[in-house]
Amino acid sequence: MSAQNRIKGHGLLSLAKTINFTFDGTTYQGLEGDTLASALLANGVHLAGRSFKYHRPRGILSAGPEEPNALVNIARDSTRSQPNIRATVQELYDGLVAESQNRWPSLAFDFSAINDGLAPFFPAGFYYKTFKWPPKAWDRLYEPIIRAAAGLGKSPTEADPDRYANHYAHCDVLIAGGGIAGLTAALAAAKSGKKVILCDENPNFGGAILYDNALEIDDLSATEWVEKAVAELAALENVRLLTRTTVFGYYAQNFVALAERVTEHMAEPDPALPRERLWQVRAKKVILATGAIERHLVFADNDRPGIMLASAAQKYLNQYGVAVGANVGVFTACDSAWATAFALKKAGVNIAAIVDLRDNPPLELQEKAQTCGIRILRGYTITKTTGRLRVQSITVKPVNGGTSEQIRVDALINSAGWTPSVHLFSQSRGKLKWHANRNLFLPDIYVQDCISVGACNGAFDENELIAEAQAAGNATRKKAKTIRIKNQTSWAGNAIGAAPGAGPNDMVKAFVDFQNDVTAKDIRLAVREGMHSIEHVKRFTTTGMATDQGKLSNMHGLAIAAEQLGKNLPDVGLTTFRAPYTPVTFSTIANHARGPLFDPTRKTPMHQWAVDKGAVFEDVGPWKRAWYFPKAGEDMHAAVNRECMAVREKAGMFDATTLGKIEITGADAAEFLNRLYTNPWTKLGIGRCRYGIMCREDGFIYDDGVIGRMADDRFHVTTTTGGAPRVLNHMEDYLQTEFTDLDVHLTSTSEQWAVIAVQGPLVREIIEPLVEGIDLSHEAMPHMSVREGKICGVPTRLFRMSFTGEMGFEINVPADYGESVWQAVYAQGEPKGLTPYGTEAMHVLRAEKGYIIVGQDTDGTVTPHDAGLSWAIGKAKPDFVGKRGMQRPDLVAEGRRQLVGLRTKNPKVVLEEGAQIVATPGQLIPPAIPMKMIGFVTSSYWSEALGHSIALALVEDGHSLEGDTLYVPMEDRTIEVEVTGCVFYDLDGGRLNGKN
Amino acid sequence: MLLIHCPYCEEERPEVEFAGAGEAHIDRPKDMNAMSDAEFEKFFFIRDNLKGVNYERWRHIHGCGRFFNAVRDTVSDKFLTTYKSGEKKPDPAKLKTGKGAK
Amino acid sequence: MRNYSVFSLAREALLGHKGWKEQWRSPEPKKSYDVIIVGAGGHGLATAYYLAREHGITNVAVIEKGWLGGGNTGRNTTIIRSNYLYDESAGIYNHAIKLWEGLSQELNYNIMFSQRGVMMLAHNVHDVQVFKRHIHANRLNGVDNAWLTPEQAKEFCPPLNISKQARYPVMGAALQRKGGTARHDAVAWGYARGASDRGVDIIQQCEVTGINRDASGNVTGVETTKGTINAKKVGVVAAGHSSVLMQMADIQMPLESFPLQALVSEPVKPIMPCVVMSNTVHAYISQSDKGELVIGAGTDQYTSYSQTGGLHILTHTLDAIVEMFPIFSRMKMLRSWGGIVDVTPDRSPILAKTPVSGLYVNCGWGTGGFKATPGSGHVFAHTIARDEPHEINAGFTLERFRNGRLIDEAAAAAVAH
Repeated sequence: MSAQNRIKGHGLLSLAKTINFTFDGTTYQGLEGDTLASALLANGVHLAGRSFKYHRPRGILSAGPEEPNALVNIARDSTRSQPNIRATVQELYDGLVAESQNRWPSLAFDFSAINDGLAPFFPAGFYYKTFKWPPKAWDRLYEPIIRAAAGLGKSPTEADPDRYANHYAHCDVLIAGGGIAGLTAALAAAKSGKKVILCDENPNFGGAILYDNALEIDDLSATEWVEKAVAELAALENVRLLTRTTVFGYYAQNFVALAERVTEHMAEPDPALPRERLWQVRAKKVILATGAIERHLVFADNDRPGIMLASAAQKYLNQYGVAVGANVGVFTACDSAWATAFALKKAGVNIAAIVDLRDNPPLELQEKAQTCGIRILRGYTITKTTGRLRVQSITVKPVNGGTSEQIRVDALINSAGWTPSVHLFSQSRGKLKWHANRNLFLPDIYVQDCISVGACNGAFDENELIAEAQAAGNATRKKAKTIRIKNQTSWAGNAIGAAPGAGPNDMVKAFVDFQNDVTAKDIRLAVREGMHSIEHVKRFTTTGMATDQGKLSNMHGLAIAAEQLGKNLPDVGLTTFRAPYTPVTFSTIANHARGPLFDPTRKTPMHQWAVDKGAVFEDVGPWKRAWYFPKAGEDMHAAVNRECMAVREKAGMFDATTLGKIEITGADAAEFLNRLYTNPWTKLGIGRCRYGIMCREDGFIYDDGVIGRMADDRFHVTTTTGGAPRVLNHMEDYLQTEFTDLDVHLTSTSEQWAVIAVQGPLVREIIEPLVEGIDLSHEAMPHMSVREGKICGVPTRLFRMSFTGEMGFEINVPADYGESVWQAVYAQGEPKGLTPYGTEAMHVLRAEKGYIIVGQDTDGTVTPHDAGLSWAIGKAKPDFVGKRGMQRPDLVAEGRRQLVGLRTKNPKVVLEEGAQIVATPGQLIPPAIPMKMIGFVTSSYWSEALGHSIALALVEDGHSLEGDTLYVPMEDRTIEVEVTGCVFYDLDGGRLNGKN
Repeated sequence: MLLIHCPYCEEERPEVEFAGAGEAHIDRPKDMNAMSDAEFEKFFFIRDNLKGVNYERWRHIHGCGRFFNAVRDTVSDKFLTTYKSGEKKPDPAKLKTGKGAK
Repeated sequence: MRNYSVFSLAREALLGHKGWKEQWRSPEPKKSYDVIIVGAGGHGLATAYYLAREHGITNVAVIEKGWLGGGNTGRNTTIIRSNYLYDESAGIYNHAIKLWEGLSQELNYNIMFSQRGVMMLAHNVHDVQVFKRHIHANRLNGVDNAWLTPEQAKEFCPPLNISKQARYPVMGAALQRKGGTARHDAVAWGYARGASDRGVDIIQQCEVTGINRDASGNVTGVETTKGTINAKKVGVVAAGHSSVLMQMADIQMPLESFPLQALVSEPVKPIMPCVVMSNTVHAYISQSDKGELVIGAGTDQYTSYSQTGGLHILTHTLDAIVEMFPIFSRMKMLRSWGGIVDVTPDRSPILAKTPVSGLYVNCGWGTGGFKATPGSGHVFAHTIARDEPHEINAGFTLERFRNGRLIDEAAAAAVAH
């Protein structure tokens, strides 16, 4: 299709550079540099969307990010589909495929438009008043219907293959907005030597110049002046220019977030480029030059396709060479729309009339209109419009009463004046002040190092604006050079609230918020219903809550509510502006953090060996730990049984590297441990180890681990895998802030040591040939001792300890040697039956011995006494962290849950971890809910070594219940269990010393 | 993201390098055993949680590792000052106009 | 009170909706009331409503610094569930669920309670153990909560990524079918309307600046920006500002107030059929009736009353959302905001009498108070009216921090509230 509305000699685009695109399946032609909206308008297409609630046909309203109507879905392919793209912002590229939204079966005929006819039944907040009966029908019947009708576009349904980037930056001055004010401020700042970032959401700098190109600056046309300024800035090393970059968030201490759209305008995005880039900028100073947004007028049926903002029409003409109609009406309360009318007229468009709400618009404008032969209707309003898919006529009437007249138009441009974009200022937590004489909220109190210049600060006059911008940017005392301005467009005049003809007694639909279908009368209804604060009005009517976040509607909504309440506008309040300024894709923010980069994966030095052996891994915090090592044909159960039996009968090896390790040194190291652990440490001999329990002040178990004394003033502390960082933090906290009298140093050595646990009756003979300088005999190195020496020629701290109940060693070697030592040990032991085992077998083996796992058998509410670890509390110690806490009334009361063993009456039944325990089965017959639960299963496994299941449980007063029968009620049956001690295997512990 | 001045490193660093560590100037009593249950409650659970100028602890966990104290306004989130642990509680009245105010 | 129904709506449609009256009165405060509730959020308004409805105490004022429902009630992500571990928690949250189920009818106000199911994802063996413990405890407490395999979870929520290649693959999920969401504003408005209709005065834009006591220490009323208002009983229900208010009665609280942020996406057609929460990957998400994805983040790490937080907190949240739901990568964040949550040491609320006679406090709901709104208001009204707790809130005392009888859902479960 050809572009019939493109006007030769207008706009900045080259008519030769045509590209094709499709909208709703029809192929159109546009020009390079077009937006989707300008290209559609060039082809005479105004109808671009349907509204949210009434599904009214809607046209392109604006030429910028404030667009509420023309939202489309754009899909490059099935994985790159994106809803709710503003056609007014999306740059056209060859082959662009756009589809309209929220309509069925087609944009021109939308079945749901029936809602519009039923609109009287759907006033603001109607859903609160109905859909209540029958009670179950809301979420089964009504809600699904409402949900299906709501929503705009469709969510993508496939994962996004594109890449997103992140960039941190620092600068002296960040300038948001590259119009005349922003460019001037940037030049001033850059020339005074500041490091500057200047960004603008558009593909080109220029701001208002992009539509108002009549202006002359320093004898250059505005367009030339912008080109020159940009060239000058681009040549400076201390300036970074970012276009297509929106400042979307302004956070504490001048932390500012920018979203740069890198490839969205490209027909074939360079795969080397990210699709979007997040900039997180810490700026010493922020200059806000965000301009102003033109408001629409609120009048009857102001939402028909073809009715648009005056500045938008001007931008379509001056930037894209597109006439928005052939016979255009103008409705305004602001001078600037007159300029648009003159520009359109000059381009050959018929201006049907200029309807100005004001009785006395400036004389020079009237004279100019008369000269051009444009009809002027002063003190007139519009009371009606017609046209279903495109406006066809307007009905005008004097504001003070009189005869109506219908005027035919094919487009209507309108302006209620300009609203300064104070969003970012408000996000910076600055306070706004109402200027009643101008109907503007303007920045008043700044709380960050930030300044607003230009239209966003209410400076609508270019002389004033440039002076402000120069002053803001200039860091020197040098006087700025004077800039000559000619051919200014006046922005004087404005209206807020409903125009005459859409007043309280008029039953018309005068839209305040287009997308959410909020009319002036909806706002009045909200006030009548008691919504007296703007926040209530907003939430009740949903005005300002659409994807444009009220950029056009906020002031009107506020004014109408104030009028209805009989209050001054600022007394109704102003809703808080929140980030983002315009919507930002999730991935721009989430960025690289996807898949493996979502969270760094921690792997031990032996990880690859386990992978090669076919291990199945489990996530433990950030770690990947080998869970079990299935052989061909084995399921988890079979593998774990085999691994457990290998340890019990021969030998097993286990990667214990993930345990936290802390080196504690200094003259007072033992005293420090005395205070941080429940156990006593002073008398622990050099070369000996002890199992330690750590509490917080509240007296509950916080962590545990084996601690070895390497020297009088040196301990090797181990922590749980998950607990490593918090234990070190806890220790540092006490050392730095409470026990400052102690001479102690803490060093995390978790990353330094790889740890190979070898466990089982044969382990000594397996490792003995590899070890140098350490006598491994029982006499020389008994259970719970530690020696330093070498293994495989590598320095080692060798612990004799056991988490399985078998004779065991934990070989600590520098992490770099972890894999090679592991392989050497395996090579040595494999012929003797040495078997790698994973965390699951480790869990079974330790449970058979009743060794607890902090976090599984304890849960932050368990004291050492509850866990049966009273023996590990140094009763003679005057103080330790947790000592006072565990004496609190409830912690010493009867009925606390205590750790016990459980054996199922049927030995084959393995309890479910987390299953709850009750005292009497009678509670089940008849099923009485709630049941009194007296405990739960913390650990439960099949013990191949014992030939029956085993479990640990926390049970009320459990320590006194040994031998009693308790019950575990499952969904389909009740399992009888007997309370036992926690140790199931090798009750006398002989195997620790290699005795059977 | 806040910018926090570490009094040990003597520079401002982004908040992600730090870990908040709760209210400051709560000293662990020398004789814990002499505490009543009410005193223990106050020590371990009760917090000022002031709206306005607050004393709090931070740790430069991904930096020097030191715990330090800060005076921060919990309404504006602005730091009035930061200081080393063990140093005396600064007088906020002097801070607002004096050095460290921003 | 004008009845709300499809018939009244139709009648008004023909009359241009001119006949609707204020949903609640906006009176000037009287000199004295029987009970003053400080804070017109959901919990405070519900308390006033049940004081009037259940206990016949209608001479009640609800005093609100800002506008009713404007605090955490209007800022939360509206998730409702009751699958808590401990008897006390299951008791109060399940009490709330039962009230939620009939609330639209009871209030004659559609609060859009939608029992679409709340699914909590398990990503590791520890999660599985914890969730199973919940499921078993819930079953014996009469609270629905079921275990789903990853495939069942995917069937229930098709956008979910259950790939084994995910950084933290889904190992299963706990599903409470009776859980869901409700329209937060409607809850506040519905209770306000119901309370106002029964005689309760809701005084907005009125800040409490002091709590008055007589010589023997009993509460006599409050000082406000609209003058002194007397009452023998005062209930503080001011989430976020509980410490500040209780300090006016010289009571130091075991509370810290943190910023909690949330965000919504642009609206899209129905895609998320339920609520999904993940503590390990750390985010929660649902879709509103309007079509926005409603996403909750964690708290910032410092105490604050600023109702704002850092971008890096939202970043972590969106990381998690995109990880769990890669199809939402190109969805857009439309609006983000912050609230102030007051958090107790055991992450369970305080609903109790205080050491000051006539002063009651309802606070410490942390990030999860909305779901309890009706239950909380109901038993707090009982506590105030009878000067003794209802059996359901008997455990949620202030004294528990002295005697150590905590209700530590967080420690026990490592599950987000």
